Amino acid sequence: MSGNAKEQILDFVRARYPQAEIDETQDIFALGFVNSLFAMELVMFIEKTFEVTIPNDELKIDNFRSANTMAELVDRLSPARV
Amino acid sequence: MTTLAETAPGALQVTDRKSARAFVDTHIVPYADAYDRQGRVPEELLERMTAAGLWAPFLPRETGGGGMDLVTLGEVHEEVGRGCSSVRSLLTVHTMVSWAVQRWGSPAQREQWVPALGRGDVLAAFCLSEPGAGSDASGIATNVVEKNGGWVLNGVKKWITNGQRADLFLVFARTATSIGAFLVPRDSPGVEVTPIEDMLGTRASMIAEISFRDVALGPDALLGPSGFTAGMVLTGTLDLGRYSVATGSVGIIQAALEACAAYASRRTVGGSLLKDLPLIQAKLSDMVTDARAARLLVAEAGRLKDAGEASTIMATWVAKYFASTAAARHASEAVQIHGANGCGHDYPVARLYRDAKVMEIIEGSNEIQRITIASQAEREII
Ligand SMILES: Cc1cc2nc3c(=O)[nH]c(=O)nc-3n(C[C@H](O)[C@H](O)[C@H](O)COP(=O)(O)OP(=O)(O)OC[C@H]3O[C@@H](n4cnc5c(N)ncnc54)[C@H](O)[C@@H]3O)c2cc1C
Repeated sequence: MSGNAKEQILDFVRARYPQAEIDETQDIFALGFVNSLFAMELVMFIEKTFEVTIPNDELKIDNFRSANTMAELVDRLSPARV
Repeated sequence: MTTLAETAPGALQVTDRKSARAFVDTHIVPYADAYDRQGRVPEELLERMTAAGLWAPFLPRETGGGGMDLVTLGEVHEEVGRGCSSVRSLLTVHTMVSWAVQRWGSPAQREQWVPALGRGDVLAAFCLSEPGAGSDASGIATNVVEKNGGWVLNGVKKWITNGQRADLFLVFARTATSIGAFLVPRDSPGVEVTPIEDMLGTRASMIAEISFRDVALGPDALLGPSGFTAGMVLTGTLDLGRYSVATGSVGIIQAALEACAAYASRRTVGGSLLKDLPLIQAKLSDMVTDARAARLLVAEAGRLKDAGEASTIMATWVAKYFASTAAARHASEAVQIHGANGCGHDYPVARLYRDAKVMEIIEGSNEIQRITIASQAEREII
């Protein structure tokens, strides 16, 4: 799941910022282009794509720093797989 | 007090464009010019809107709402905007706050406010702009400090739609680390409301300046997350407001078109009906075309909202930019088609003209829209 999630998240971020070089560990905030519009889009994208609802207490900057941390967040919020 | 909502349980329910159109034609269109002159929307109409379930029909059914999808909500707001931009403005800010509480509120906040907002028992206003900060939200000076486990709010908000009448204010204020959104009941000690009269447009939208002097708030006043995502409360709320203003702008184009089509079919100049003159036909054809184009852009933004697609935010910017500028253009041409009659009180087009100008300023001015749309231009490369 997270490998796939990571790729989808990276694709989304790269599509928005084609000029930036981004890998799964890259701190996207350090690149300086994250504004509240993009943050909102990111949250909507994650909720829609992975069918999760991100509760207020998970809306922390550390959860959104990189594709890795976002994929971990998705894993935590997804119903357990059997 | 017994309200119309209680005395008229069988009142027309607004559930779609058709019922909204019937409500607007009966209860708003005949009186919109009078509201404009009086500078307020009468309490009787507010109660009729409550009885019709108009305030926040998009709220989920489990909270007592109507579960209306956002495409339909957009159609309803367009119809209200066709009738009166002041009334639509009241709906817009109430919609924004209701959505924000539903989307970002804690279970306790939702329980406290959402059903009452949905019914319209509590009316809400959105307080971001200040005497010194409008387009640049990061420049706001209103601030809160944490005290005794709660908050103390100080500052002044200006141009607040329905500030004169609203019961609940959603106030954006500077915290120690970012900007937060706070729910402030109107009757909190230290809140002072000063009406702003004689605006250019949306004159009946009961605009006010609101000052907050050492207003003590509980810990539960903070809405949504704090920290970096606090900006999202603002972004998301403005997005819905922008959507509503875009729909209202389509309503203005439609109202201009309907007024002009009727007038041009009656008025003769030099023996010809206005509608037979090629230069007038050009204006009418542009109104018809832009009304359709704007409506489609709005519907697309609404469809993306209903699907939870992130691209709705950009689609809404584009729709609002197109619809508001088209509304201003066509409301101006509508006055032109009416000649001197367009400058007087006997026709609605002077009001449409003044209201349309406001649409180019609120919820992201034209300039800010163009800056934002241009900054995303590379996304459009296909
Ligand atoms: C009828 C009405 C109702 C309103 N209701 C509300 C409400 O309910 N709640 C609320 O919070 N606010 C409300 N407002 C305020 C509204 O949101 C602001 O007027 C709007 O955000 C613009 O801010 P400003 O008026 O301070 O203009 P400014 O920010 O001072 O801008 C002045 C001009 O400069 C332009 N400009 C700004 N930045 C740039 C730039 N970078 N490049 C080029 N041009 C730029 C603007 O587009 C504008 O034309 C209302 C306003 C009106 C007129």
